[in-house]
Amino acid sequence: MNTAAEQRGERWSWWYLLFLVQWAAVLWPPFYNSAEPAWLGMPFFYWYQLAWVLGSAVITAFVYLMTQR
Amino acid sequence: MHDVNWVALSIFVLLFAFITWLGFAAARWRKGDLDQLHEWGLGGRRFGTLITWFLVGGDLYTAYTFVAVPALAFGAGAVAFFAVPYTIVVYPLLFLVFPRLWQVCHKHGYITAGDFVRGRYGNRWLALAITVTGIVATMPYIALQLLGLQVVLGGLGVYGSGLAADLPLILAFLILAAFTYSSGLRAPASIAIVKDILIYITAFAAVIVIPMQLGGFGKIFAAVPHEKVLLAVPGAGTTGAYGAYATLALGSALALLLYPHSLTAILSASSGRAVRRNAALLPGYSFMLGLLALVGFFAIAAGVSKLPEFAEGFKQFGNNYAVPALFLHSFPSWFVGVAFAAIGIGALVPAAIMSIAAANLYTRNIHCEFINRSPTPKQEAQLAKWVSLVVKVGALVFILFVPTKYAIYLQLLGGIWIIQTLPAMVFGAYTRWFNDWALLIGWAVGTYAGTAMAISQDLKPAYPLKLGGFLLPGYTAFYTLLLNLAIAAVLTLVFNALHAKKVDETVASDYHA
Repeated sequence: MNTAAEQRGERWSWWYLLFLVQWAAVLWPPFYNSAEPAWLGMPFFYWYQLAWVLGSAVITAFVYLMTQR
Repeated sequence: MHDVNWVALSIFVLLFAFITWLGFAAARWRKGDLDQLHEWGLGGRRFGTLITWFLVGGDLYTAYTFVAVPALAFGAGAVAFFAVPYTIVVYPLLFLVFPRLWQVCHKHGYITAGDFVRGRYGNRWLALAITVTGIVATMPYIALQLLGLQVVLGGLGVYGSGLAADLPLILAFLILAAFTYSSGLRAPASIAIVKDILIYITAFAAVIVIPMQLGGFGKIFAAVPHEKVLLAVPGAGTTGAYGAYATLALGSALALLLYPHSLTAILSASSGRAVRRNAALLPGYSFMLGLLALVGFFAIAAGVSKLPEFAEGFKQFGNNYAVPALFLHSFPSWFVGVAFAAIGIGALVPAAIMSIAAANLYTRNIHCEFINRSPTPKQEAQLAKWVSLVVKVGALVFILFVPTKYAIYLQLLGGIWIIQTLPAMVFGAYTRWFNDWALLIGWAVGTYAGTAMAISQDLKPAYPLKLGGFLLPGYTAFYTLLLNLAIAAVLTLVFNALHAKKVDETVASDYHA
């Protein structure tokens, strides 16, 4: 019973630690509270966080694929 | 009534008529016996990945969000962007915790958070605390959706006081009440698809067209007062704006999925796998929300608050009028109708889900637990339908007769209250280690402390915590959650040492597929 559940990835997986990357990246404002480098006139503060929305989607999709069988 | 924008209003009414029809037609969609509570209140747990995406997205990204987040950027600047890290933090939680809750709820036929806690801990008083918290936190949230609706109606020229001004809101509300009553969760699920398409069109039009009109992002940000563009750098001995920003994002993320309407939408998915897939797909909405937050800056750059034609709107709705004013200023009338309909319909979807969630909670965990212990399934579903009406009337009365600021205050307190249910729910999804009475005491202390701290700060979200020589301003909900957890853990050790009894109707394998 447990082995079947493990195969479907509902138990602990080391891949879950990847989530810490996206949490750390956005929960530590000193990383990104600056105007430069601006992109298309948008201060770094804004495009960095918007970029991490995409990054978080990629990480989550990756973790899903690695833990789902 | 003032200068009504007839073109925009006609488009708005047309789209509303369409979703009204859709809401009633939804009763026949993936047909089920609507005399069963899990059919009316959870759509029969039959929604696949895509419908769940629309439903959860339509549920979490509400009309009020689309009005209030840009309004905060407009008024306070960079801090409004906390909504972005907030939604980045939340989806791993959805991915990790909620498939487990989905499994156990599916296995045991649980419909609400109260059902789960009752089964997991065998303690009806803990379940009651979770239930009451859920209902109380949801009510002001529904009221704020109606406020979002009121703001766009104001933008169409329908505002002021008296029955004529309130009539459109009452009408929209009656529509909402009627289709929720007849179709249950299927109504917001089908309408969410229309709403989300409209919202995406509006958001992308706004962030492409308006910056072009204003001469690009460089010019927009140059027009924003310097101190609003970035967070203030903290001085010595304090975490300052950084700590507030990060705890606001983290605390809001921890609270979000605990709201009854979140759980209702998640439990209506057809599998735990659909929930996990959604954790990767829902950031699509976060991206849009981030773009919409920038709209607040567009409104500053366009100078809408200084234009005489919007003076009255700002006077009545404050900064919440920034988005409607900007749209009126920048878009042709017909598109204003589309954009406002997107926000207006965006109010109805979450309001419907919230009222269903609150009705499920009352029916299952108060009425069937304490008043009538053995209703027939039909009586149970019928009661929930009536309660959903009562909940909505309450919200309508609130928004019509009580000053708006109280709804906003109560919604802020709601976040502090709902986060106190995290230990029982989230930790409960993994372990039965916590003692149920310890959780109840932790909940009570957290709720009391959070309320007192918020009131001491004139109902602002951040509390200036002093620790040693350091000043750590942070989100009250987050701090009081830590307090709650510490108390629950210590008391669990005490109760366990006293060999308190442990009841649990679930087993470890219930939490897996």
